[in-house]
This record gives sequence, structure tokens and C-alpha cells, in this order.
Amino acid sequence: MSKIDFSNYETKGFYDEMFAADNEVRPSYALFRKRLEKLSRNKLEFLQHATDRAQLSLGMTFNVYSDNQGVERILHLDIIPRIVSGEDWEVLAKGLEQRIIALNMFIDDIYNDQKALKDKIIPKELVFSSAGYLKECVGLKPPQNVWSHISGTDLIRDGKGNFNVLEDNLRCPSGVSYMLENREILKRTFPELFEKLHVRPVHDYSHYLRDMLESLTQESPASIAVLTPGIYNSAYFEHAYLAQQMGAELVEGKDLVVKNNFVYMITTKGLQKVDVIYRRVDDEFLDPLTFNKDSLLGTPGLFGAYLKGNVVLVNAPGAGVADDKAVYAYIPRLIKYYLGEEALVKNIKTYICAEEQDLKYVVENIAKLVVKQTDGSGGYGMLIGPRATKKEIEEFSLKVKNNPRNYIAQPMINLSRVPTMTDDTIEGRHVDLRPYVLYGKNVKIIPGALTRVALTKGSLVVNSSQGGGSKDTWVLDNK
Amino acid sequence: MLSRVANTMYWMNRYIERAENYARFMDVNFNLALESPSDSTEQWKPLVVITGDWPLYESLYEKVDKKQVIFFLGFDPENPNSIYNCITKARENARAIRPEITKEVWEQINSIYFFVKEGLEKKRWKTGDPRYFFKKIREDCQLLYGILDSTISRNEGWHFGKIGQLLERADKTSRVIDVKYYILLTSTEAVGTPLDLMQWAALLKSVSAFDMYRKKYGKLTALNISEFLILDKTFPRSMLCCLIHAEQSLYAITGNSGGFTNSAEKQLGKLKAELEFADIEDIFNSGLHEYIDGFQQRLNAISMHFYDSFFTTQINQMQQ
Repeated sequence: MSKIDFSNYETKGFYDEMFAADNEVRPSYALFRKRLEKLSRNKLEFLQHATDRAQLSLGMTFNVYSDNQGVERILHLDIIPRIVSGEDWEVLAKGLEQRIIALNMFIDDIYNDQKALKDKIIPKELVFSSAGYLKECVGLKPPQNVWSHISGTDLIRDGKGNFNVLEDNLRCPSGVSYMLENREILKRTFPELFEKLHVRPVHDYSHYLRDMLESLTQESPASIAVLTPGIYNSAYFEHAYLAQQMGAELVEGKDLVVKNNFVYMITTKGLQKVDVIYRRVDDEFLDPLTFNKDSLLGTPGLFGAYLKGNVVLVNAPGAGVADDKAVYAYIPRLIKYYLGEEALVKNIKTYICAEEQDLKYVVENIAKLVVKQTDGSGGYGMLIGPRATKKEIEEFSLKVKNNPRNYIAQPMINLSRVPTMTDDTIEGRHVDLRPYVLYGKNVKIIPGALTRVALTKGSLVVNSSQGGGSKDTWVLDNK
Repeated sequence: MLSRVANTMYWMNRYIERAENYARFMDVNFNLALESPSDSTEQWKPLVVITGDWPLYESLYEKVDKKQVIFFLGFDPENPNSIYNCITKARENARAIRPEITKEVWEQINSIYFFVKEGLEKKRWKTGDPRYFFKKIREDCQLLYGILDSTISRNEGWHFGKIGQLLERADKTSRVIDVKYYILLTSTEAVGTPLDLMQWAALLKSVSAFDMYRKKYGKLTALNISEFLILDKTFPRSMLCCLIHAEQSLYAITGNSGGFTNSAEKQLGKLKAELEFADIEDIFNSGLHEYIDGFQQRLNAISMHFYDSFFTTQINQMQQ
């Protein structure tokens, strides 16, 4: 029976999370390598299949929007973990805390004093034309002045091994349930390693989440609900999972009713007041009276009740103004402006097509850049210049020239790689890292993350809707 | 409890009960058909009639044969009540109320779903003997009842689920009797021919009643079988027994202990009381079919009253 063998593992040209140059294993992976090399290929495949089955039976499935309803997929979980050393994590955690504090100060500023605009730190037009900007939120003061209580920041590691922020997700970042369930599954796959390696636990996330939500209301006991668009939403599994883990009510828009600016759930015993809503419905669908009037997902009057302070919406509507991809380019300057500090985790060099000079550069160099739509997500609406055909490049150039505000561009970053199971061997695949940040009275960062992996050889697109999978992320003790 | 959740819990259990009944019907009928001389239409049509979907069957298919009926009741995506559709809907219901049920319940429903889905994909109705398939569905549903009973608190949700299950069960038992009533009506005395005996035994087996009936009455007679399936107070699939337990669950939800506080309680209580004081000979004299027909209409009315009393409070409250 052939054992697992890394002697032919290829690391050239990329930063590999497990191996340094000359296939020398990095310290954080040393024990893991030893364990893996004791396994036969068959045993490893068996462990991988057990993982697939566990995911199906747990119902960790999602619908892809372009598919017919009813076509369910699992987010493939690769059993080889992504291990982050304690030292790396410490730096990251500090950087994420700094960033979320500055971002919230920025959102609060935009809807209130607008100091950053007056001081010309960021162009007014750019902010007001952001798809996430809501004029309805002007003058709003959410509890504790926090707008984005639950966020997930996408980080990548470049060719030199430096972490960079790729984008901020300040509205309804998903994936945290995968962080939690992947861990439960991997604990069954490699039980002995968890003890030896001192992998930091993540299971208390839902307790912190509940505590944070409770801290936003004076009511005690607080009535908490998770608002979902319903079972056909691609993240439904997560909505149900979090509601269950927190002991909160899982509601749809039609389960709620607003009377005299208070929000109630419709129960078998009449109406029951709700104090805090962790909503997983986008801003524009929240309330047909204020936003999209055709929305069936929301509840009429919800936003009105929120403005009166009778219910807390988490995250606050309007928070998306700060995760626009063009606004992103200004965040290091905003951190400096609000906190007087340099950004601890760097941004990627970003060209803002709305600015004349940058636009000129982008058009001339588009073949070597990654161009993204400022309000795009899920890996859609983007061009990877070096991988695109001539025709695609021409079409995209035209789009950018016609509507520069909608686009930014970045140099192509070769994301780091982690060994990943393929049909017949183990090869490096590109990954990103999405840690989750909670922000109520203070900032809480759970030592773990969702690692998304591009399963297709050579691909840099890690999104689940485009052939991405996931890995469990092990953050080690800093000792 | 959210009205939507209560409603979903109710339906989830109804669908599971329906699927389990269908699986049993098919197993029993398959056995019966093996030893019956009559042609396949005569053997298989009554099964479709029991489910109430004969008009749909007729509109979809020309002839009645074993494979077609097994497909229609077991797998047909066109038949909203096929086992496949019942299980799919039950799973969707379970998904929609995932935080209300336990992991064990969810995993069991999910596993039944994958089994049935595989059955559809692998065309199990074409195999010579699909009984193992239906037996497994029946057993898996029964396992699910056990898991529901042993992992869920006796809260509102559990009781709504129980009511859904019991109303469905009462309905199915009544349909089985109704379709076979022509056998029952041949004689109120003991039956003689081996063929009759087999039919009677199959009738009892299709509602899992054979063993318990034997224990109580011994001999197979039309009167006793009808009495057992309609009026027995302790056999869990008899129509009366289902109503007794449904009423108990309803009282547990409302906190009431007698009389009624809403129209669902009133209608359910009335129907139950009528059965409690009914006499099987009177039922035979006034016409078994008419009696069962009336029962089913009342049962449907009770379901409607449930809607008004618990599931559509939204409308009531908006109008206040």
C-alpha cells in the first residue's frame, strides 16, 4: 500500500503554506506532515469520503443561483487543513481590530458629521455613488455607534508570504457556519493532531455572537431573531445553523409584523416583540415601504421601527458604503485619519478607474491587471487580465471606459497555495482566508477562519459559486 | 411558537405519515397480488383509489398495472402525494424549521430523502421485487417517529407535529376501510373462502392491525374488523384512537382541559365524542360508506379550523 509522499510536491513560483523552498516543511506543519506520511493513499481517500458524507447528512448544502431550484451542492471540504501559526495570527488579529474600528468610525462619520469628506480624505462623489450608501440612514446613531457588528475580511497571502486585505465584507458576510462545521468534521478526521498541535478552539463563536447581539439592547431577556430570505437562499444552511446554535428564532419577513413602530413575531399565541434582528436579508429588500417596494423578503415598516430605536438591525443598514471596492482603496488613509496609525495589514495596490490618471493606466495595462466591478461579489463581474482572451479584454476595456466609477483594478496577485487532495495525488491549490470579526461593546476575533480554496488547477477564483471549496483553518497557540 | 413554524411542523409530520402509509400499502398489496388470481387492474386500482388520487392517475396513464401504480404512488414527480414528493416536502419543511428540531431528527429525514431520491434515479419500480425498498422506507419512517419522540421536548411544536400525524393517520385508516367496504359488506358473519380470508388479512395488515386484532377478537369477521379499525380506543391506528390523542395534544397546546376555547377544539372534540358513543351495528345499518364519507369531510373541516385558530393569526391580528 503506497504511503503519502511529498517528495514530488511542487512549490515553485508560489508561496506555499506548508513548504518553504526545497520542500522544507514549515514548523507549523511539521507534525501534520509526520501524521500524513504515516497514512496510505487509500486511508486518506476514505477519510475524504467520510467527510463528504458527513456534510451531506448535516445538510451543509447550498443552491447555486444559476442552477434550477432543488439542485443542491455541498461546499467541498478538503481534509488537508490550512494551518496558521500563532505569530502570524497575532499580527493579523491586531490588524483586523484596527481596521474594523476605523471602518466603523468612517461609516458613522459618513452618515453624521462627514469630517473625512470635509477634510478631503476621500472624494465625496466616490462615497455618495457607492452602491451601499443609503441616504435614508443620514443622521442615524446605532447602538454603541457600531454599524458593522459582524464582518468577514478576505485576506490573501502574496508571493512573499505577506498577508494583504483583498476586500472587506461589512454587510452580511457568510461562511462562518462552515468555519464551525468544518472544525467539527476535521476533529473526527484527525483527532490526535488537535491535542498535540494545540489548535485554538472556535466553537464558542455562537456564544460570543449571542452576547454581542444581547449587548445591543436594554431589554432583558432580549428577544433575538435571525431574519432569513428562506430555504432557497444559498446561505440558508448558515442562517438556520446560527439561529439554532444561539437559541434564537429563525424568521422570514412574513413572520414579522410592525405595529406602532414595534416589531413582532406572529406566533400561535399572538404577537411577540422582537428586540434584535440579525438580518441576513440585504438592505434593499428589508422594508418595501422604504426600499425596494416589490420586496417580498422584508417586512413593511421594519426600517421605521429601526429609526425609532425600537428594534436593532444587525448589521446596520447602510454599512455597505464602506465595502465598496473603490472606497477600499482609501482605507489605509482612513485608518491614519481616524486612528493616527499606519495600517497593520496592508491593502493591495488599487487603481480607481473613476480617477483620470488611474483610468489611463488601467486601460493601457489591462492585460496584466485584475479588474473588478466595485459592487460585484461572488467572483462575478471581474476580469483576470493575464488569463483573459483578447476579445474579453476588449469587451471589458469598453465597459470600464463607459462607466469608470464601476471599476477598480489591481495587479494580479499569486495567492498562496496549500496542499490539496486531487483525484490521484496531492497538489498545491490557491487559497484565501476569511476570519470573522464581532464588534459590540468591544472587538472579538475568533481564532479561526474560513479558508476558501480554488479546486481547479491554476485557478485563482475561490468563490463557492465558481468551483471553490473550503478547508478547515487551524490557528495554533502562540508558544 | 411562530405560526409558520407550527404549520410547518404539522405538515412535516403529515407528509412522513403519508409516506409511511403508502409504503405499507404497497408492500401489503404486492404480497396480496402474488397470490390473487384476479387481473392486475382489480388488484392495483383500489390502491390508487385509497389515496384519493385516482382522477390524477387516470389523466396521466391509460392502463393500470403493477409497475405503473408502484411508480405513481412511490416515485412519480407528477403525483404531489407520491412517496418521493412527500419525503421531499417533509425534508423541505424540516429545513425550514431546522432550529426547532434536533440534529438527529434532521439527519434521519435527510437520510430518508437521499434513499428515496436514489430510488427515483435508479428506477426501483422496474425491479422485479421492490418490496425491500418500501420496507426500508417504512422502517426509516418508524425510526424517525422514535427519534422525534425521544429527542424533542413535549413543547408546542411536538404537539402540532403529533396532531398532523394523527389526523393523517385517521384519514388513511378511514380510506382503507372505505375502499375495501365491499368486502366487508358481503357478510357480517365469519368469512369462509380462502380468498376472502386473504383479503381480510391484507386489509388489517395494510394498517398494521393484524396482530393486535387477532389478540383481541381471534376470528375474522366484518363487524369486528370494522369495529376495531373505527372505534377501538387503544389501537393506535384506529380512527377513534387517533382523535383521542389528537385532542390530548390540542389541549396541551391551548392549556385547556375540557370543552373548547376555539373552533378547532370544538370540531375535534365533537367528532371524537360521536365516535366514542357510536355502535358498530348502527354504523353498518346506516351505511358504512356514508359514515366514512361523513367522517372524512369532518376531518377536512377540522384541518381548516386549525388554520383559522393557529396558523393564520396574522390576518386576525392585522384586523384587530
